[in-house]
Amino acid sequence: MIDLINLFIKAVFVENLALTFFLGMCTFLAVSKQIGTALGLGIAVVVVQSLTIPINNLIYQFLIRDGALAWTGLSDMNLSFLGLITYISVIAAVVQVLEMFLDRYVPSLYNSLGIFLPLITVNCAILGGCLFMVERDYTFSESVTYGVGSGVGWALAIVAMAGVREKLKYSDIPDGLQGLGVAFITAGLMALGFMAFSGIQL
Amino acid sequence: MSYQHRKILFDPIVDNNPVILQVLGICSALAVTSKLSTTITMCIALTIVTACSNAAISLVRNHTPSSIRIIVQMTIISSLVIVTDQFIKAYAFTISKDLSVFVGLIITNCIVMGRAEAYAMKHPPLPSFLDGLGNGLGYSALLLVVGVIRELLGSGSLFGYPILPLDRDGGWYVPNGLLLLPPSAFFLIGMIIWVVRSWKPAQVEEPEYQIHHAPRPEVAS
Repeated sequence: MIDLINLFIKAVFVENLALTFFLGMCTFLAVSKQIGTALGLGIAVVVVQSLTIPINNLIYQFLIRDGALAWTGLSDMNLSFLGLITYISVIAAVVQVLEMFLDRYVPSLYNSLGIFLPLITVNCAILGGCLFMVERDYTFSESVTYGVGSGVGWALAIVAMAGVREKLKYSDIPDGLQGLGVAFITAGLMALGFMAFSGIQL
Repeated sequence: MSYQHRKILFDPIVDNNPVILQVLGICSALAVTSKLSTTITMCIALTIVTACSNAAISLVRNHTPSSIRIIVQMTIISSLVIVTDQFIKAYAFTISKDLSVFVGLIITNCIVMGRAEAYAMKHPPLPSFLDGLGNGLGYSALLLVVGVIRELLGSGSLFGYPILPLDRDGGWYVPNGLLLLPPSAFFLIGMIIWVVRSWKPAQVEEPEYQIHHAPRPEVAS
């Protein structure tokens, strides 16, 4: 249990997907203008991340990895080269199903997340999370923890960034640095701040 | 090569750079630049994938119903990325370990998707191929600048060969460890944006990319 809590804290703070691995940067910079929309996108990422990583973990453990097909009698089969295309299809499918589910049962949430859901398919934080799960060979329970933790970490980073940028628009910035330039430097300072968490362990 | 083709090929390098103007493909631009060897591998991989996927998507553009175009593009791109990934694993295994997940992440790299959607779906194969190549080169140009600065000042070497003698080996250069850490990439790209936009003031306010546009702050007088 303590291992899982440790993994969670590591995924949220120490190995924050946005600020230490730069995953999901395009949306991170584009959708962090207002706290409200940033929060909506953050929640959507947490949900998708905590669904896709465990699902991909199961697929990896029982279908794709070297020798995983032993239960069908094909013990020397290695389908790991199909990994990338499988993970991205799972992500696209989960996003699509989630969209239809929310539309049918939780229309209020669907309306507030609306435009962000399809965007999440091409968010590298999701695919990156799946690939880290494969690379580090997580078990199923670890992958659930990692999925939730990395999603929460990403959401935390984008909400904090939106908070900073909401204040930033009242400041006088040199012409060339306007907009994107200063957003990069802000993100850099935030990444420095998050480095203070490195080495934390329970 | 006609003037128009040359323009398609070279425009994205400075005038319409995919990373600093179109805000595409930032994730990998930041993550792989701490060493020059990984930077170059990533640049070549991305340029090849963008050019080939643009050409392939443009070939099937008239047969793709618009409702399923995203999944068609995804399938083409991920097949190309799988080939690239296997190739790098076979011929440059240590570099592929350093790049870890970032070769796989070319699939979700916005440059590839963005150019497929914005250009290849509307143009014939040859210009699309050149457009992909040009955007790949624009990405590579920025990455190489960042990569050279980070490796030279961060560890005093290029491609692993020592250029500046380090003080711990009896030389004079004290390496700046910050440049090997993630945040430095943000600062460097921010500075490069500043330099490029001061050089080409037309890029400062770009109404076409409204989503990334921050209005001039109202300074209280």
